[in-house]
Amino acid sequence: MFSFDLLLDAVAIGVLLGCFYAAVSLGLSLSFGLLDVPHVAHPAFLVMASYGVYFLNENYGIDPLLAGLLITPLLFVFGLVAYRIYYETFEKRGSDAGVRGIAFFFGVAFIIEVLLILQFGVDQRSVTASYIGKAWRIGDMRIPFRLLVAFAVAAALTILLTLYLSRTFMGRAIRAVAQDQEALRLMGANPIRIKQWAFGIATAVLGIAGALLIIVAPVEPTLDRSYIGRTFCVVVMAGLGSMAGTLVAAIILGVAETIVLTLFGASWAPAVSFGMLLAVLAVRPQGLFGRRS
Amino acid sequence: MNRNGILFWIGATLFLAAALLMTQVIGNQYPFFAGYVILQFVVLAVAWSILGGYAGYVNFGTSAFFGVGVYTAVFLAKAFGAPLAVQIATAAAIGALMGFVLGLLTLRMQGIFFSIATIAATIVIETTVTNWRYVGGAAGIQLQRPMVTAPFDNYVQMLFFVQALLVVLAVAISRYIQNSWIGHGLKALRDDELAAECTGVPTLRLKLVACVISGALMCAAGAPAAMYLQYADPSSAFNLNYSVSVLAMSLIGGTAHWAGPIIGAILLGATQQLLTVTISSEVNVLVLGVMLVLFVVAAPQGIIGLIRKVRRHRSEGEA
Repeated sequence: MFSFDLLLDAVAIGVLLGCFYAAVSLGLSLSFGLLDVPHVAHPAFLVMASYGVYFLNENYGIDPLLAGLLITPLLFVFGLVAYRIYYETFEKRGSDAGVRGIAFFFGVAFIIEVLLILQFGVDQRSVTASYIGKAWRIGDMRIPFRLLVAFAVAAALTILLTLYLSRTFMGRAIRAVAQDQEALRLMGANPIRIKQWAFGIATAVLGIAGALLIIVAPVEPTLDRSYIGRTFCVVVMAGLGSMAGTLVAAIILGVAETIVLTLFGASWAPAVSFGMLLAVLAVRPQGLFGRRS
Repeated sequence: MNRNGILFWIGATLFLAAALLMTQVIGNQYPFFAGYVILQFVVLAVAWSILGGYAGYVNFGTSAFFGVGVYTAVFLAKAFGAPLAVQIATAAAIGALMGFVLGLLTLRMQGIFFSIATIAATIVIETTVTNWRYVGGAAGIQLQRPMVTAPFDNYVQMLFFVQALLVVLAVAISRYIQNSWIGHGLKALRDDELAAECTGVPTLRLKLVACVISGALMCAAGAPAAMYLQYADPSSAFNLNYSVSVLAMSLIGGTAHWAGPIIGAILLGATQQLLTVTISSEVNVLVLGVMLVLFVVAAPQGIIGLIRKVRRHRSEGEA
C-alpha cells in the first residue's frame, strides 16, 4: 500500500518532471502571460516542433537536442508570421477580438493536428539517442537519464530566458510592452514590433522544448490536448508572465501528477493538471506569484 | 402572436411533418444515419450560441455536456432500462444542473480564462467517467436497443424524428431568448460587461440562465447518441472534436441571429458527412479547421453577416 520510499520516489521524479513542464510552458508564459495572446495553439506548436525533431533524428540521425536547436530559427520565423497574422486580423480591429482570437488559435491547433496525422500517421513516434533508455541508480531509487537530461536543459532554458528578459535591451522592452503599451508608443518605440519579436522568441523556445518532449516520452499528433491543461495550468498558477514562478508552479504540478499516479494509478493522471487549473482559476485567478490586476 | 411568430411555427410544423413523412416513405437507412448526425449538430450549435453567441462566452465544454448526456442515457438504460423519453428528460435536467454549477464556477472569468476553464472541466469529467467501472470505464460499453414502437419500423428512424423534435425545441427557445429581455441583456453584456452591469443589467444572473438553458439542451442532444451508436466510450463521447465542430458551425453560420447556427450546422454537417464517406475522417477535420480559420479571419460575422452585407449593398444600390 502506502510507503514512504514510494512517496520519496514520486517527489524526486515529480521535481524532475516539473522542470520539464516548465520548459514546455515558458513560451506560453511569454505569449499568453506577458503579451495576452490567447495562444491555445501553443501545445500544438510544441508537438509540431517535436515532429520536426523526430524527422531530423529519424532521417539524418541528428541528436534530438541538436535537432531542436537546428529548427529554432525556423520556429522563430514561424512565430513572427503567426503573430503578424493574429495582429492584423484581430488585435488591430479591436472589438470582439477575444472570441474570434480564441477560435482562430483553436482552428490553427486543429489544422496542425490533422496535418501531422496525414504526414506521420496516428502512431506514437520516438527518437533515439545514447542517453535514452538508461537510468541512474541511487540506492533503491531509479531515475531515468532522459528525465535528468530534460531537467538540466529545462533549468538552463529557464535561467537563460529570465536573464534575457531582465538583462538585455530587447528583453526589458518586452516587459515594458507588457506593462504599458501606450507609454511605449509615446516614447517613440513600436510596441507591435516588440510584441512580434517576443512572440517569435516564445515560439523559438519550442525547438528545445519539443526536443525534450519527445525525449521524455513518445509523441503522437493529438498529444497537444493534454498539454493544453499542463501548460495553461503552469502559466496561470505561476501568475501571468513570471518566469521564476513558472518553474515553481511547474514543479508543483509535476509532483502532484506523480503522487496521484503512484497512489491512484495512471487513469486519473489527466485530471490532475486540468483539475488544478480549474481550482486555480476559480480560487486564485491571479496565480501564486501574480500581479493583481 | 405576430406575423413572424406564426410563420415560424408553420415552418416548424412543416419541418416535423416532413421528417415524419421521411421515416414512413424512405426505406433506405442511410439518410437517417446521416440526417441524425446533422440534426444533432443543429441542436448543439443552436444551444451553444445561446451562451457563445448572444453573450460572447466561448464555451469549449460542448463535449462535456454532450458526454454527460450520453452517459446519463447509458446509466439509466443499464440500471433501470429506462425508455428514451426518460433518458432525454433526465439528461436535460442534469445538463441544467451542470450548467448552473459550471456557470457559478467559471462565469466570473472572462475571455480565454472562461474557455480554458470549460476545457478543464471537460477533461476532469471525462477522467471521472473513465474511472467509473459501472458504465464501462475506459473500454466503453455495449448497449441493446429496445423494441421500436409504431409508427416507426426502425429504431434509427425514431431517433431521427426525436432529434428533429429537439431541433424545433432548441430553435424555439433560442428564438424566444433572442427577442426577449434575456437576449437584449446578454447582448449588452457582450458589448461591454462593465457598462451593462453599471446600468443595472444583472449580468451574472443572465449568464447563468444562458448557461443553464444551453447546458440542458446540449445534454438532451447527447442522450439519444448512446442508443444511436449502441455503444459508448469516454474518449469518443467527450471528444474535443464536438466542441470545435460546434464552435465552427456557430461562428461560420453567424451568431447574430438564431438562424445562423442552423445554417452553419447544416452546411458543415452535410459537408462532413460527405467527406467522411468519400475521402476520410482526417480530411474532414482538416476542412473544418481551415473553414473555421478562414471565416474568423475573413468573415467574422459568418454567413448571416455576409447575407446582411449583400442586402445592405442592394438597398443602397436601389436608393
